[in-house]
Amino acid sequence: MTIDWSWIGDHTDDLTSLTLSHLQAAMTAVFFGLLISLPLAVVAHRVRPLRGFLLGLSNVLFTIPSIAIFVLLLPVSGLTRTTTVIGLTVYTLVVLLRNTVEGLDSVPAKTKEAAKAMGTRPLRTLLTVELPLALPVIMAGVRIATVMSISLVSVATYIGDGGLGQLFTDGFQRDFPTPVIVGVVLTILLAVVADALLVALQYVLTPWRRRRA
Amino acid sequence: MIQFDAVHKRFPNGTTAVHDLSLEMPEGGVTVLVGSSGCGKTTTLRMINRMVEPTSGTIKVNGRDVTQQDAAELRRSIGYVIQQAGLFPHRTVLDNIATVPLLLGWNRKKARARAAELLETVGLAADAGKRYPHQLSGGQQQRVGVARALAADPPVLLMDEPFGAVDPVVRTQLQDELLRLQKELNKTIVFVTHDVDEAVRLGDRIAIFRTGGHLVQCAPPAELLAGPADDFVADFLGAERGLKLLSLQTLADVPQGPAPQGGTWTLVLDPAGKPLHWASKDAELPVRPLTDGDSLLAALNESIASPTGLVARVDAAGVLTGVSSRDDIHVHAGQAHSAARVVAA
Repeated sequence: MTIDWSWIGDHTDDLTSLTLSHLQAAMTAVFFGLLISLPLAVVAHRVRPLRGFLLGLSNVLFTIPSIAIFVLLLPVSGLTRTTTVIGLTVYTLVVLLRNTVEGLDSVPAKTKEAAKAMGTRPLRTLLTVELPLALPVIMAGVRIATVMSISLVSVATYIGDGGLGQLFTDGFQRDFPTPVIVGVVLTILLAVVADALLVALQYVLTPWRRRRA
Repeated sequence: MIQFDAVHKRFPNGTTAVHDLSLEMPEGGVTVLVGSSGCGKTTTLRMINRMVEPTSGTIKVNGRDVTQQDAAELRRSIGYVIQQAGLFPHRTVLDNIATVPLLLGWNRKKARARAAELLETVGLAADAGKRYPHQLSGGQQQRVGVARALAADPPVLLMDEPFGAVDPVVRTQLQDELLRLQKELNKTIVFVTHDVDEAVRLGDRIAIFRTGGHLVQCAPPAELLAGPADDFVADFLGAERGLKLLSLQTLADVPQGPAPQGGTWTLVLDPAGKPLHWASKDAELPVRPLTDGDSLLAALNESIASPTGLVARVDAAGVLTGVSSRDDIHVHAGQAHSAARVVAA
């Protein structure tokens, strides 16, 4: 298996736009995943009876095969980026929801009690005490969801999207390994870089967890 | 002033935490609630700022029924110090202290300036302000907890076993600091503890609770120690309550005479007149001079340790004013005890 280096040189523009499109699909999914998970997690955290139901539901959604999800969405949103993002978002929920609930659970009762006793109202306690303290666990979920989404985008090639995944179909159809290898390498690279950036973001957002100077 | 009037608290599981409590906690005084665990003392404290709602009865803070006020606003007007400080781990010490001022809508600059001022009040270095709680010792965290409660200068301070988690030496320091602060600030303080010695040291009045949420006796410490209402209170105060009473009385009224000359032991003074040590022909023993403000318990202790049975007494500058004998101290201790018993009866 040899790599045709000149093919890479001739296609840098395509590779760049595919990489960006790939990243955009994954990031949009994680963004909407968080947008949906945060309020649901707060509900699951506060209302115990709903907790099992919501976490169970996110598990069930996760078991739907990815191709099936795209096919099921076709009548709704067609062969579009929207379909890709909806599909990926559904998968991010399983980690984001669970980690956000666990993050909220991890906030010490003593700290919440102190906030209440100082005269902090519930919404402000959630925003300024509970969510910041839950952040490390939530960020762990965001990292998994991001890497998972980056690897899953390729599946959307079946509906004509798929970012770097398009390189795989291209390679298979022409029995030409270079695009496949390049696609795999770029996907891995994208995942590694995104993960590193999230670690850096968490460092910036949680100054109290840094070691003593 | 805080007034409890026929207050009952029954929890949903059926246990009665507080039973028909009527109690007044005077303005500018320290009321200590003591009792073993499950006696309702913490529940009583927490009903004052509505962390727990009473089942029936009324609680008034400075004449206003607490249940008629917005709970969050009420809590901002009452300082609260919790066991093990309960600081916000993600906020710097300064921002922890500034919590209530910020909730009250002060701007950040003013709130931080107030917080920095309080760091000094509670005896912390200015550079502690930039640290996070986990970087401080337990005792320092507890001081931050006190500073946070004082930030908006509330007239009432609730303290729930605030010094329970620190070692005995630091605990004594924190108690001293609290007494010093209270002299300046004159807050109405309600203090919960299960430690009788702490109650006796800090309380202007001590309320003793029995399991089931019954208030058994509420009185100033000296009255309580000299005249416990029943066996429960006597047991709770412990077998050494006579000595505890002596810890409340000062040496001021004990007569003193001139230091002995020409006996076996002489008290050696430095040129300024400050006691150095006891000396005999062939030995030297240390002396621990006491001032008028020291307790009778300390005097009794020193009279036993002293080779002559005499206690050296000094003025505020450390200069010898005279000596008191073991017998004088003993007689005075007995009188103090019966006097307190008369007041109690």
